[in-house]
Amino acid sequence: MADLFDGYLLGQQWDEMFGAVGDPRPAYAGLFASLQPIDGEELAARADLLSQTYRDAGVTFAHAGEEQPFPLDIVPRVIGAEEWDVIERGVAQRVLALEAFLADVYGAGQVFADRVVPRSVVTTSAHFHRQAHGLVPPNGVRVHVSGIDLVRDEAGDFRVLEDNLRSPSGVSYVITNRAAMSQVLPELFADHRIQPVDDYPTRLLAALKASAPSNVADPTVVVLTPGVYNSAYFEHALLARQMGVELVEGRDLVCAGNQVSMRTTDGQRRVDVIYRRIDDEFLDPVHFRPDSVIGCAGVLNAARAGRVTIANAVGNGVADDKLLFTWVPDLVRYYLGEEPVLQNAETYRLDDRDTVEWVLESLDQLVLKPVDGSGGKGIVIGPRADQRTLEELAVKVRATPRDWIAQKPIGLSTCPTLVGGRIAPRHVDLRPFAINDGGKVWVLPGGLTRVALPEGELVVNSSQGGGSKDTWVLSRPRPVGVPEDADPARDLTTIEFTAADLPEDPPTQDPGPPNDNALAQSQQQQQGADMAVSALGEGTPC
Amino acid sequence: MLSRIAESLFWIGRYVERADDTARILDVHTQRLVEDPWIDERRACANLLALMGSPVSDDEADTERVLAALAFDRSSPSSIVGALSAARENARGAREVLSAEIWESLNVTHNALPQQRTMARRYGPHSLFRFVRERSAMVFGLADATMSRDESWLFLILGRSLERVDMTSRMLSTRVLAGDAAPSWTLVLRSTGAYEPYLRTYRGVVDSSRAAEFLLLDRLFPRSVFASLEQAEACLAELERATVRDATRVGVAGEAHRIVGRARTMLEFMSTPDLLAQLPARLEELQRTCSAASAAVTHRFFTEQAPQVWVPEEAG
Repeated sequence: MADLFDGYLLGQQWDEMFGAVGDPRPAYAGLFASLQPIDGEELAARADLLSQTYRDAGVTFAHAGEEQPFPLDIVPRVIGAEEWDVIERGVAQRVLALEAFLADVYGAGQVFADRVVPRSVVTTSAHFHRQAHGLVPPNGVRVHVSGIDLVRDEAGDFRVLEDNLRSPSGVSYVITNRAAMSQVLPELFADHRIQPVDDYPTRLLAALKASAPSNVADPTVVVLTPGVYNSAYFEHALLARQMGVELVEGRDLVCAGNQVSMRTTDGQRRVDVIYRRIDDEFLDPVHFRPDSVIGCAGVLNAARAGRVTIANAVGNGVADDKLLFTWVPDLVRYYLGEEPVLQNAETYRLDDRDTVEWVLESLDQLVLKPVDGSGGKGIVIGPRADQRTLEELAVKVRATPRDWIAQKPIGLSTCPTLVGGRIAPRHVDLRPFAINDGGKVWVLPGGLTRVALPEGELVVNSSQGGGSKDTWVLSRPRPVGVPEDADPARDLTTIEFTAADLPEDPPTQDPGPPNDNALAQSQQQQQGADMAVSALGEGTPC
Repeated sequence: MLSRIAESLFWIGRYVERADDTARILDVHTQRLVEDPWIDERRACANLLALMGSPVSDDEADTERVLAALAFDRSSPSSIVGALSAARENARGAREVLSAEIWESLNVTHNALPQQRTMARRYGPHSLFRFVRERSAMVFGLADATMSRDESWLFLILGRSLERVDMTSRMLSTRVLAGDAAPSWTLVLRSTGAYEPYLRTYRGVVDSSRAAEFLLLDRLFPRSVFASLEQAEACLAELERATVRDATRVGVAGEAHRIVGRARTMLEFMSTPDLLAQLPARLEELQRTCSAASAAVTHRFFTEQAPQVWVPEEAG
């Protein structure tokens, strides 16, 4: 029987869905069974509906200045409950270690004294800001929101590719992907228990409120966006809307006497927490780029004075630097005394002559990444690069080895993806999002799966024309005795009644005036009689 | 204006609002069945059916049944299809007072229902719910833009407001009476379209008493019970002023006005904790209030004169 998965070839890489041809892994069994009977055209029709939904809702990603719909693939990615446990633990562990490291870097610097990380790694980082030194956030949290990029290697193990501790984007697509999928393909959901993702804004708001200066009873939170032309503007707006807070631009804020306020129709209103989606360099023209017109002058001083919280904190970039990345497993051991749950992707530092020489010789077998690049910019994948690119790269690497790291190419795992009416394997990664409220690191179940739509493409970044997939984390049955809203932060009051309070006979809905059948009939009879008479009139001349 | 026409307008208002609200309730209900991994489908469906006034036993209740009863049942005025067909039938008899655009909009909606139904079978019901919401907004939007604010407008809006009181209180009932199978407050707010206004008002945190308070008592949100009662009251006051003189000194003239006004003052002057402590009884009362007010309006404006009955004389 010809079905969707005919001709689905497994390569060297780990495939998310299949262990062998036609044999789905346990987590995918339900999905495979639901998808298989659907024919390609039908699925393509659904996919059109899906992209229509996205166009209507204005779910877009601005790329190179143009607003584009963000492609959502119709085949979800599924993660089993056990696999997810590992990711959840690993991500939370990593975030805690990096928090401790940041507190150390902008504080005592014990980690340098103990020679775990050379001080030079930090001081040479473009994202190390002396302005943040000694700035202690109210509840100690610097990494309120983080996105840890994971890939799956050939053996099926998740490895960390990079950390994003400044303002990781993409979480809005996690929320909208789920909503769109459940509207367009409800039958796929029927046989699964999938952990919900829509409480992310609530969690984020709670974490942001928890980070407010301590003397504020009911903190005012705002989301600070660079403006509508920013590539992630859609996300800023969605988060602000779902948290019920103002979305402000730099020009809406004013800082006087170390107090940040926003201009409203009621005059100036105090702001306590700024969830900013603006880079450090543009945040405060007093301390950083003086030509920035999207920031707010004085905000960093206000934060230092403890009058406002900036989330994520200034200077976080020093901990998601790609060079520091190579030390993160050591940081986990150093600060937490634990073995890292998630391994790094195999990475080489170019910090001694031998390694540099070796890397330069084997450029065609390695992936070279600039340490301060983001969005897939500047990455050179050796095995696929032409001679000229490699030669230019060699010159750059030799000049500034500190600016580069080298990685062995990882055969990113593949996941079935709808391409031109057929299902074909495409490379995917995963960015789980974590929120730290000072008490606990909560990891959003699922995260953003990005998929590289061109065949064989390995860069899956959304700014490089990638798409995304709805990511399902399967859940175990709810443990008995744990109420639905076990999280105390979610509901302070309850109004509970039982079915016993149900009225004996619930009021029915009022019916309208009855359709007067007798009247309708006589209206018709009248008509019929008219016609009969006229027919009679013609037929019988008198 | 003719009583018959007035009655049609009143019911167009009620039916279109009912279709809209039912679509919103069902949309949230079906989405929840899909997204909530721990839901007990039968209980949730049985509860919904009971609270919408058409109870079935637990074993018979499932999504199929809910959609059949509340979305597709042509003969029931409680279903989306039934309500929209009835609205169109009423409009057909009142074409001379309705603007051509409103009639056309209702007619197009009605004509598109079979196709929407097929689409819903194929791609899931969400597209139907969305269609119904959009068409209802269009009908009321056209009424707003093309009708004079005379009696015809007042009857249309009176019907809409009373129906809103009824439906919003039913939505609240789905939350407070369903126990474990109840939707979260977030979902209840979403189904009334109140989620984002609520978040902006209370800055993000959804808690039960605030959410209930918002849907019952908020003065500024147009779907809250209070705002709808207030609007119904204003329509009734206006309608009575046009017909009754010398009744401005004591009380109000009409029974319907009295009923609606009493319900409104109950909400307005009862303290929120008291109100919430007996919420199920209050909600049931509100639903009965709507029926009573509707009956009083019918009695006062539509059938003041008992219909004449012709009795054939005994042959003799």
